[in-house]
Amino acid sequence: MAIIKVCGVETEYGIQMLGVPDPNPITASSLLVNAYLSLVSKKVGWDFVDESPMVDARGFTRDFQLAPEVETHLINTVLSNGARYYVDHAHPEYSSPECYTPREATLYDKAGEEVMRRSMEAAERVLGPGQSVVVYKNNSDRKGNSYGCHENYMMDRAVPFGKIVSQVMPFFVTRQIFAGAGKVGTEMAYLPKEQVPFQLSQRADFFEEEVGLETTLKRPIVNTRDEPHADAARFRRLHVILGDANMSEYSTFLKVGTTAIVLSMIEDGFLDALDIAVDAPVPSLRAVSYDLTLKRPIVMADGRSATALEIQGRYLEAAKEYAAAGGLASLGDEAEAKEILRLWEEVLSDLEIDPMRLADKLDWVAKYRLVSGYRERHGIAWDDPHLAAIDLQFHDIRRGKSLFYRLGQERLLADEEIEVAVTEPPRRTRAYFRGKCLAKFASNVAAANWDSMIFDLGEDPLRRVPMMDPLRGTADHVDELIRSCDTAAELLRALGS
Amino acid sequence: MAERETVRKTSTSRSTETVEEESKSASTEKSEKLKAELDDLLDEIDEVLEDNAEEFVRNYVQKGGQ
Repeated sequence: MAIIKVCGVETEYGIQMLGVPDPNPITASSLLVNAYLSLVSKKVGWDFVDESPMVDARGFTRDFQLAPEVETHLINTVLSNGARYYVDHAHPEYSSPECYTPREATLYDKAGEEVMRRSMEAAERVLGPGQSVVVYKNNSDRKGNSYGCHENYMMDRAVPFGKIVSQVMPFFVTRQIFAGAGKVGTEMAYLPKEQVPFQLSQRADFFEEEVGLETTLKRPIVNTRDEPHADAARFRRLHVILGDANMSEYSTFLKVGTTAIVLSMIEDGFLDALDIAVDAPVPSLRAVSYDLTLKRPIVMADGRSATALEIQGRYLEAAKEYAAAGGLASLGDEAEAKEILRLWEEVLSDLEIDPMRLADKLDWVAKYRLVSGYRERHGIAWDDPHLAAIDLQFHDIRRGKSLFYRLGQERLLADEEIEVAVTEPPRRTRAYFRGKCLAKFASNVAAANWDSMIFDLGEDPLRRVPMMDPLRGTADHVDELIRSCDTAAELLRALGS
Repeated sequence: MAERETVRKTSTSRSTETVEEESKSASTEKSEKLKAELDDLLDEIDEVLEDNAEEFVRNYVQKGGQ
């Protein structure tokens, strides 16, 4: 049986500082995080001891390659909803807490957006007149610089990594037909501009390898970072670096939901007989992104061909059989998993008939329709800067400025639940323990990371509470305990640590 | 040959027909609503868009990240 697909989304936001000569993105990002912290006034640092971004899932460790930088001097903190909020590679980054279901991951991703909005407002109060920091939830500056939106899924360590790679690859190459955030033009320097007026994905231009460890250069479709942030003998964390940051709740929900289903099927051996492989995944990833008709065939490894829609259809059919065989328990909520399946089918069907049917649901369709409408109304060419500006401003997260929000898209979530998720942790993962300890005992929490918390009781030594199982430390496990303890010392005594 | 057919058959053509028939009027209504919303936004978009599109696009420069 596949294990629960504990999941989460981490987003590096684009950042602009206005009204300041020679703006520095690291300073601007730090200002944002600090401004937010001064709002909530609970500063707890991040503990780096267990970070090992250079361990490769294929079974070796490299210490000479371009190490993903761990910039310990940069600001880095934990929020009471269990998320990590920090400065990474000159961007503010919000890593959602561990979530129990794809819908919950969507909710905590949107809560992150709200954290960013509040940070911007708080920063504005300390900046001079005419100065502001603006944040964009996108993945490219349109000049060849990209920053990521990564997903994470808990998997059973027993599944061979090579099997995950081969069985997920065709799915990853094609899921952008509903998960793409859309982009005007291309950043591939060698392509004539008129060849790609618009594409499905923000990120497809930036992938150069099929499999690998890097995340900032030579990005691979399947990332091999083996850093489970949990008991490495039992768990793997599949780190997915391929996706776009989505504005649409539907796009995020479908992206995380369908991926979680596919990974569960792989874990249960349900795709062993699927027998599809894309001949050249990297060029095909771009070909799919550039094909707005969704109908151009991709060459498969056996010499036949299939469209992105057909490949997705194959995974969907397998998923329906999987559901019929009672396979969806690992999605955490059976009704929700069925909703993912229903939506997946509906969206593939709509995409086949006419993608514009999904203009109020999917990011790339909404954006394409908007830039096309503007272009027709003003009779301008695809390389007119107004269209590029609309593309960028689609992702502005300020509600008044954001063209995504101005379009009034269909929603899956209610504002009230997002508001709660800004401060309250998910109840069914260890994020609950992290968030609640922070809310109640912040002055005694010396540091935290994904798989442990370190308490300072004012006496030596510091006390580390390991959290090696993402499914322990839930509200069911610890809520009563945390409520009943008045001090951190009591809590640690009760935990026996 | 049989395999070739599998690839074709598993596309969503079956549900396509059903969806088309069942929701034709609903979808016309919906597409009119979408069109009206888009027109409204296009009417006001120049007030919302950054003043100088060219400069805005040029100045939006990020350091690469993950």
